[in-house]
Amino acid sequence: MILLKKEYIIDPDNPLAFGEASSNFKKTLKQLGIPSDVIKRTAIAMYEAEINTIIHGKGGRAEAQIDDEQIRIVFKDEGPGIPDIEMAMQEGFSTASSEIREMGFGAGLGLPNIKKNSSNLSIESEPGKGTKVTIIINL
Amino acid sequence: MNYIHSVILDKDKCRGCTNCIAHCPTEAIRVRHGKAYIIEDRCIDCGECIRVCPHHAKRAQSDGLEMLDKFDFTVAVPAPTLYGQFKDRYSIDMILTALKHLGFDDIFEAAEAADIVTAELKKALNNKPENIPWISSSCPAVVRLIQIRFPGLIEQIVRIESPMEIAARIIKKDIYPDKKNIGVFFISPCPAKITAARAPIGSKQSAVDGVISINRIFLDLQNAAAELKNIEPLGKASSWGISWARSEGESHSTGWPETVAVDGIDNVINFLEELENGKIKHVDFIEAMACPGGCVGGALTIENPYISKARIIRKAGKVDDRKRGGKLIRKSKAVLTMDTDIVQKHILSLDKDFKKALEKMAMMEEIIETLPGLDCGSCGAPTCRALAEDIVRGTAKKNDCIFILRNEIKVLTENLAELGSWMPPLLADEEKE
Repeated sequence: MILLKKEYIIDPDNPLAFGEASSNFKKTLKQLGIPSDVIKRTAIAMYEAEINTIIHGKGGRAEAQIDDEQIRIVFKDEGPGIPDIEMAMQEGFSTASSEIREMGFGAGLGLPNIKKNSSNLSIESEPGKGTKVTIIINL
Repeated sequence: MNYIHSVILDKDKCRGCTNCIAHCPTEAIRVRHGKAYIIEDRCIDCGECIRVCPHHAKRAQSDGLEMLDKFDFTVAVPAPTLYGQFKDRYSIDMILTALKHLGFDDIFEAAEAADIVTAELKKALNNKPENIPWISSSCPAVVRLIQIRFPGLIEQIVRIESPMEIAARIIKKDIYPDKKNIGVFFISPCPAKITAARAPIGSKQSAVDGVISINRIFLDLQNAAAELKNIEPLGKASSWGISWARSEGESHSTGWPETVAVDGIDNVINFLEELENGKIKHVDFIEAMACPGGCVGGALTIENPYISKARIIRKAGKVDDRKRGGKLIRKSKAVLTMDTDIVQKHILSLDKDFKKALEKMAMMEEIIETLPGLDCGSCGAPTCRALAEDIVRGTAKKNDCIFILRNEIKVLTENLAELGSWMPPLLADEEKE
């Protein structure tokens, strides 16, 4: 049973709002009294995914929900998609532009970092159509 | 254990304005019955409210010099910030001698203890696990902030005691182990240190017996400094230890390449927020100070923080480091590390019971939708969101919002007018119908 559901719009054109969805959801988790180690892992995984949605997906939506057993966050974008997911999962692999790298992003640690902090990570992507990233963190 | 606060409200001076509630970093103040009350569980004693209150109604409970009479032997531990309160012509030795003349038997600089902490920090950094930055424990307001707002970062706080605490322990264990009824007094730039001595985090009891704020003794001290005949060579700290008074002093003293210094409570909150999100990378040590410019910006100081910071830099520059710095470290019998856990404080959670917290969260979201979103503070809470939170916690009512109240009155008046014009059919005027 879904106990709580939150939706966020990820706006790629507003740098001041980068990371806002993760920060807001983190605050919600703190108010719900979720254990701090779970919050920390959720915050890291969600933040990385949010930044990916901005720099690769050209923005999109995030849907975060909590049920009795887990936190589930789904990021959807209509960006270029990931041609080779296996390759993208490797540490250090990056397709980010030099401008993005100069902003401190795109070091190629995003997806591996999400995987490390989540209980389950699944990525569905179709080149040219977009990407759906589902992060699950067990409570 | 009762949590003791040093920041208190002077009810007579408080006018119930909303300056302090808007600036409190942990949303710990509410105006009720025309006065700004502190929610004790949330207060971190940072002193922001003391700084912003235009009526000086918020102050810190520090000890006075009269407390020295309770002890047979007294030692003052001045924060290096004290040196920045005096013009350049007052040397560190002059300031320390003047301080001694106020009635202390001896002086031990917190800056010298900072040299010892630096040595411990260097050791700790050499044994640090990879990819996890450590956070300094020296600012007690930041430690309390982490307990309340960032409990997930508690494990990253370095478990070394602060220079104040280490100074007091060394005085009692190493320098005067045989003295009975000895009193150690910290000369403090901020309220957070007062609280740290009375209700310490990381140890059961503090070795500090009293805390006197800089602003409380400044005039006496200046008079004593002006009348000095002999100047004793009391300063023993290195330039590095003295530099702990300002931002970057502590982090630079470690000599570690990957450090960062953050100062000002809002900057610290933003930084910790990003750290928690995993955004901060390639940093090994984080010096985080609640006050602008570091301890020189403490709420209980006299001098402008930036003037004070510049003076600290100049005065530290005059110290010959070859002759100084943490000489006691090798033979100290005092415990330099924390011996009790830093506990998480789940102040933010809406209810201990998860299901109830969820219900309250849903209620809160609904209430937020109906509030004007102006964060005007007229309800006594700092933001509309905070009011919504107070309502679901049962400490406020929806009508506390003056906009909601106004609307209720409007609806009521309209209903009254309509009812007032309504005539029972028996009495109704035929023509008007």
